[in-house]
Amino acid sequence: MKEFLTFTKKEFIHIFRDTWTMMIILVLPLVMMVLFGYAVTTEIGNTNIGVLDYSKDEITKSIINRIQESEYFTLSNSFNSYQEIEPSFKASENSLVIVFGENFSENLLHLKKADIQIIADGSDPNSARTLVSYASNIIGTTLKDLNKAPVSSYEITPELKLLYNPLMKSSYNFVPGVMGFIIILVCAMMTSISIVREKEKGTMELLLASPTKPIIIIVSKVIPYFIIALINIITIFIVSYFIMGVPINGSLFWISTLCILYILVSLSLGILISTVADTQLMALVISAIILLMPSMLLSGMLFDIGSMPLILQGIAQAMPAKWFISAIRKLMIMGVDVRYVWSEFLALIIMLTVIIGISLRTFKKRME
Amino acid sequence: MENVIVVNNLTKKFGHFTAVDNISFEVKKGEIFGFLGANGAGKTTVIRMLCGLSRPSAGNATVAGFDIRHQSEKIKANIGYMSQKFSLYEDLKVWENIKLFAGIYGMKKKDIALKTDILLEELGFQDEKQTLVSALPLGWKQKLAFSVAIFHNPKVVFLDEPTGGVDPVVRRQFWELIYKTAEKGITVFVTTHYMDEAEYCDRVSIMVDGRIEALETPKALKEKFASNSIDDIFYQLARNAKRTDD
Amino acid sequence: MLGYLVEKEFKQIFRDKLLPKVILLFPFMTLILLPYAANFEVKNMRLAIVDQDNSSYSKELVGKLIANNSINLVANEHTYNAALGLIQNDKVDMVINIPKNFEKDFVVDKKSDILIAVNSVNGTKGTMGGMYALSIIRQYQDEKTTEITGVNDPPGVEIKTIYQFNRELDYKFFMVPALMVMVLTIVSGFLPAFNIVGEKEKGNMEQINVSPVTKPIFILSKLIPYWVIGMVIMTIGFIVARLFYGIVPQGSILTIYLFSFVFTLAVSGMGLILSNYANTYQQVVFMMFFFIMILILMSGLYTPFNSMPPWAQKIGAFSPLTYFIDVMRNVYLKGSKLTDLLPQLYKLLAFVLVINSWAVLSYRKKN
Repeated sequence: MKEFLTFTKKEFIHIFRDTWTMMIILVLPLVMMVLFGYAVTTEIGNTNIGVLDYSKDEITKSIINRIQESEYFTLSNSFNSYQEIEPSFKASENSLVIVFGENFSENLLHLKKADIQIIADGSDPNSARTLVSYASNIIGTTLKDLNKAPVSSYEITPELKLLYNPLMKSSYNFVPGVMGFIIILVCAMMTSISIVREKEKGTMELLLASPTKPIIIIVSKVIPYFIIALINIITIFIVSYFIMGVPINGSLFWISTLCILYILVSLSLGILISTVADTQLMALVISAIILLMPSMLLSGMLFDIGSMPLILQGIAQAMPAKWFISAIRKLMIMGVDVRYVWSEFLALIIMLTVIIGISLRTFKKRME
Repeated sequence: MENVIVVNNLTKKFGHFTAVDNISFEVKKGEIFGFLGANGAGKTTVIRMLCGLSRPSAGNATVAGFDIRHQSEKIKANIGYMSQKFSLYEDLKVWENIKLFAGIYGMKKKDIALKTDILLEELGFQDEKQTLVSALPLGWKQKLAFSVAIFHNPKVVFLDEPTGGVDPVVRRQFWELIYKTAEKGITVFVTTHYMDEAEYCDRVSIMVDGRIEALETPKALKEKFASNSIDDIFYQLARNAKRTDD
Repeated sequence: MLGYLVEKEFKQIFRDKLLPKVILLFPFMTLILLPYAANFEVKNMRLAIVDQDNSSYSKELVGKLIANNSINLVANEHTYNAALGLIQNDKVDMVINIPKNFEKDFVVDKKSDILIAVNSVNGTKGTMGGMYALSIIRQYQDEKTTEITGVNDPPGVEIKTIYQFNRELDYKFFMVPALMVMVLTIVSGFLPAFNIVGEKEKGNMEQINVSPVTKPIFILSKLIPYWVIGMVIMTIGFIVARLFYGIVPQGSILTIYLFSFVFTLAVSGMGLILSNYANTYQQVVFMMFFFIMILILMSGLYTPFNSMPPWAQKIGAFSPLTYFIDVMRNVYLKGSKLTDLLPQLYKLLAFVLVINSWAVLSYRKKN
């Protein structure tokens, strides 16, 4: 036990002496939360719009006015001909151009039909779609107001219930994601690099040659990262609960158990990588390519797994982060009972046993 | 004989800590100068200053006639250096390492090829020309690193514990190389932990707590301290040291 | 002197067990997998229906809902509570409850209700799914009204929409050119930094420091190989985009090469700066990771730059990625010419200047 503490202490000294790394590890979760919480959003901000109006009559003017008044658009260009539109897109002057045909009001009043063209910069499909629907809506309501035509009297009144997140806060979604990601980063990537570093320097041999059992050496190396991960998780909880207003609806006991289980899975992954990799660069590449990238992209933290092609959905099942994030969402945000997350717990426990099993085997092989 | 290294009142402070405390000495051309001291005595700091890697806090020095404060780039072209940390590229082959460092020191392509073969023959390394350095035994690596350090015919070569960790046979061979080098007129500035090696030097200095406590030929040193082993003398001096291992 | 050093770098890179593979495979993997994953579209809303009316109207409405490509009916439940349980279990994303007398209320009272409950922990998915359902229901209401009253909709305008540059609104056209930027950033920013820190850890750096190799020469020798590799990676990117997605730049490929080169100068310099401050792999990994993540997230790669709040846009303006991503999309999709992109070019050049001077200054041969 005593040697165990000595080793752990040594590892702590290593980490804490490295102020840069320390700072980044402690600040990283906060920065990620700020980025995801306030900076990175898919909501469409104010956009430049251009107009080509061949009619210039009362109705087109009032439509243009409405568009200008809306919070989504700023009128940046008034074109005189079609030829001017394309260059304006190429120079990124506007993302949308509305074209009114000739004799707009006449046609509308007498033929009951008039043409409007919306030309959108389709480069970014999501924004384009949203912007077009904003613009169509504005045009539609303006015409309706002008028309005072009878509205259909038959009605279905839908009630839309936004369960668990009525204010549509994005933090409800990314906070579990950030947790899942940071733990993989600290526990799997850092741990593996630090163990491989000792291998590279030859100090691992030294430790292994000592009378201490190898398992104790490994565990003592891993404990500081365990503690750092706990600190990270606690920071994230505090910031999300007190500053971002993310609720903790479920049982704290199960949430903590889940976090610890996931930290253990990540640590065992780190150990596994360190038994496979010979150089720090290799440990880095392995953990970045097979763990970090997929944990960012395939865990449901940023992008919806259900909307991906089946192969990717399959790969996602193998990501511990996916199961963790799904479980923490349910427990923390949805506040469901623990029996609803048994499959996530089971998946993580199976992963833990399998990974530890494999690393013990490779480790023994190496020792022989 | 001309002096290749001249050191006057050289001092280096790191904050409140005085690593090198007002030392002065000269080293002559073609001399093998042994630079002894316990760990933390300040040896490495002196070498780093003389090589232009570290700026002195006070005092000055010249190496190969160039001032260490203002002409460090010129010094670098005229010295060779080999450190306790083995510093050839492990993932390059033997000839590639030679070619690289020769190229860095501005040797001509033709000369490099020719001299490489001569060198490898001298060392008995002909068969290892295409071997990756990582595959060589430590002693070979050290010899190769030394040869590379003097390949461009520098005026001085600094050796920082060059024989650390190698067996006595290789150490002997290594010292033969050093003698040959000195015969060519290259000054050898060497630090070592092995006191028997100190006997091979023309003159030795012993550094304690950042100061030079003794500087004589091995023979004169023994007479002065009335002892027949440098080991004893070193122990006598170093015992008074206040600093311990860094 | 430079020649020898560059030669050495290339030999070391090619001799490495891992690097050549990473350099070749990483762009492939990223460009082939990421566009499918990095997508904000909601394509699979799992729906549970609670049809308590079981009338021809309700069945018709369910049919309309299912007909939508993005909605997937996975369960029929008898009670609303049972369906909610499915949401808690994460088996469905949305529950639509059609109350008893739905049809009767609509026909007789001209007014009926319907309940849509969406799991909105993921806000985007929740809103999008809700919107899909709402618009289908509204359309259904209008159709039925026309059917019953026989009156057509009031006179209106026909809005024709043209999506320029990306007619099919294919998200991959948007992502692939920008992802090349990400790959280039990681490879030509990360790798030289690791390389230098590696030399530091092994002690080779000291040997170079006592040699006559000057700072700029040393740094150049580290960078040149990665400039070349950067161009190779862009070329792989062009080929993958062409063969795999059929995406071809509308503008000139030379413009892209020019920008890639300037951009590589900037990011490789960033890697250098960090490597000058870091002493171990772990340090440099974390610093790089930290900065590259911020740069990527704030450069408009995944989410529109304009959507960010002003303070974030100001930070994003200090990222070379922002400009190069913009350029790639413009050249690839819109066929913008160099003359359209001069502001971006000047900004990138300014980055190159500042970053590389900083890199040279912060590289210490002395202490």
